[in-house]
Amino acid sequence: MKRYIFPVALAFALVVGSVPVQASEGGLPHAGTDVQNQASLQRGAKLFFNYCVGCHSLKYMRYERIASDLGLTEQDVMQNLNFTGAKFGETVVSHMPEADAAKWFGKAPPDLSLEVRAKGADWVYAYLNSFYLDPSRPVGWNNTVFPNASMPFPLWELQGLQTAVMTEAKPGEDAKVEKLVLSQPGKLTPAQYQQASRDLTTFLEYASEPAALQRHHYGVWVLLFLAFFTFLAAMLKKEYWKDVH
Amino acid sequence: MANVFTSIGEWVNERAPGMMPMYRKHMTEYYAPKNFNLWYYFGSLALLVLVNQIVTGIFLTMNYNPSAAGAFASVEYIMRDVEWGWLIRYMHSTGASLFFVVVFLHMFRGIMYGSYKKPRELVWLLGMLIFLVLMAEAFMGYVLPWGNMSFWGAKVIISLFGTIPVIGGDLVEWIMGDFLPADATLNRFFALHVVALPIVLLLLVVLHLAALHEVGSNNPDGVEIKKGPKGNRWDALKPADGIPFHPYYTVKDLVGVGFFLLIAAFIIFFAPTFGGWFLEHDNFIPANNLATPSHIKPVWYFTPFYAIVRMIPSFLGSAVWGVLAMFGAIAVLFALPWFDRGKVKSIRYRGTGFKVALGLFVLSFIALGAVGAGITAEVIPAWFGDVDVTFWENLFGRVMTAIYFGFFAFLWAYTYFGWEKTKPVPERVTTHD
Repeated sequence: MKRYIFPVALAFALVVGSVPVQASEGGLPHAGTDVQNQASLQRGAKLFFNYCVGCHSLKYMRYERIASDLGLTEQDVMQNLNFTGAKFGETVVSHMPEADAAKWFGKAPPDLSLEVRAKGADWVYAYLNSFYLDPSRPVGWNNTVFPNASMPFPLWELQGLQTAVMTEAKPGEDAKVEKLVLSQPGKLTPAQYQQASRDLTTFLEYASEPAALQRHHYGVWVLLFLAFFTFLAAMLKKEYWKDVH
Repeated sequence: MANVFTSIGEWVNERAPGMMPMYRKHMTEYYAPKNFNLWYYFGSLALLVLVNQIVTGIFLTMNYNPSAAGAFASVEYIMRDVEWGWLIRYMHSTGASLFFVVVFLHMFRGIMYGSYKKPRELVWLLGMLIFLVLMAEAFMGYVLPWGNMSFWGAKVIISLFGTIPVIGGDLVEWIMGDFLPADATLNRFFALHVVALPIVLLLLVVLHLAALHEVGSNNPDGVEIKKGPKGNRWDALKPADGIPFHPYYTVKDLVGVGFFLLIAAFIIFFAPTFGGWFLEHDNFIPANNLATPSHIKPVWYFTPFYAIVRMIPSFLGSAVWGVLAMFGAIAVLFALPWFDRGKVKSIRYRGTGFKVALGLFVLSFIALGAVGAGITAEVIPAWFGDVDVTFWENLFGRVMTAIYFGFFAFLWAYTYFGWEKTKPVPERVTTHD
């Protein structure tokens, strides 16, 4: 019995460690992203370059790398995704001047290169689904995942307009958002929008760690090789230890 | 071909006649007890990880930029633009955490089988020095990516020195070379992390092994094989229960290496952040002295010690007591060979009191880790609802701190007053033929 304690504890530790910590944080819905899904990555890239890059950079991400990782040609990327006039080998830098942006929005739009690594895919996905109209905010938008975010919601024409149903304010407290309702539908159905925001999150997850594609690609082979190596080592040990009693 | 090797060997041997005797002394004629079990893998694994850290570290320095303005971007450059940079970086970051996993298990083995006792006190002391230097090395390495947790972690840990009366404030400034962790701090930490501390670490490891090979390894039975019968298949004067380290333990350790690398590779390729435990979410945000992370906490391997700082309240107008307790938690480990007066080494033949105390000690260490990592702050409201979280967390953490230190007090009393009822220790290791 005793000899199993260690392996069992080890297996337990590995399972616990592999489960992302943020999955349990704040009870956010599961984003369901898969960076191996190239079609999803391509759709997400298209959304990013049509709706986000006006304000947000991916300053560590090169157009060339996006092309090779997403299975696109140089022409695809330069004609359909690169609207800033950057060279193919350059990184994705928004044209919005930071100082002006800080003046316009109260806070300069952050670089999104590592957004998913910092906040988690679930957070980004939930954030993209939680904008609602709030006339009390300077740009007219608010967000339940990131209250009082200074960002206006550029995807509204896809999702439509959400408004908040508020709870009744308790004495001494502000009213809280009970739920969001779609008061005016957008170009996409709710299901389509969820998929679109998932694609965008997938692309940002990829952008925050392009090496993830290589990791998954090589990982299995490395493990198989090491399993074989360990097997050989175990046979060698058995052979050598035959005469130890 | 064989002749070529023989003649090269002879050529070297004529010019350096001391090399073969040294090789024999530490490898083929170092007789280790033949009853090592699973717990005896972690010494060689620690050495493997040390080599990994040095080799991957060298490659990281080739592209890392030790400046507050460039450090964060250079790490991302390594992760994206340097060929295989991501693998080298993950090997280094995963290696750092696994180093502590392996070292904690190695230390636990030493306590369990009484490996710190006479005549191995020096081996233990050198090992503890390695642990101390390793903690400094890990702390400074953690600051180098210059993420927001690097910055705030450095600020909090360095400010612990600020609690020292009179000189505290000046000392903190002197350590950082600025009023906040800044360029000067990063540069000196880089120098210490990649040059000074690795040299000290390597020297201590050599001394640790030299001291060990002088007295010989302990074993799960805690029996001195050198005091047992003499004569084995290789040497009539050497211990009967000893086998040559090479090839027996080198091939055995190779199996351990294989298993260990499987686990390490699984983490590196499929969970390199290990769910935020090995690489923390807040460290993917660049250092920002205006934006404090919502929970400042050190990496997991420091959390037990960090919890002790937090659990000790300030009194007499000073917060130095928590810091003293934290260093005390390490100091008592140094003194372990003198707390424990018992003659019986291995847990197999020690009294029930020791077994229970050791179990509680391990539990308190893990529990303190949970407190330091902020797990209790989440679990207490989740399990018990609307309660005073700070009160219950402090109570729990203080009880665990008391158990941690209580282990050493108990061990002393238990063995000094002769309360321990030990079992008879066998003459030879239990697996002899």
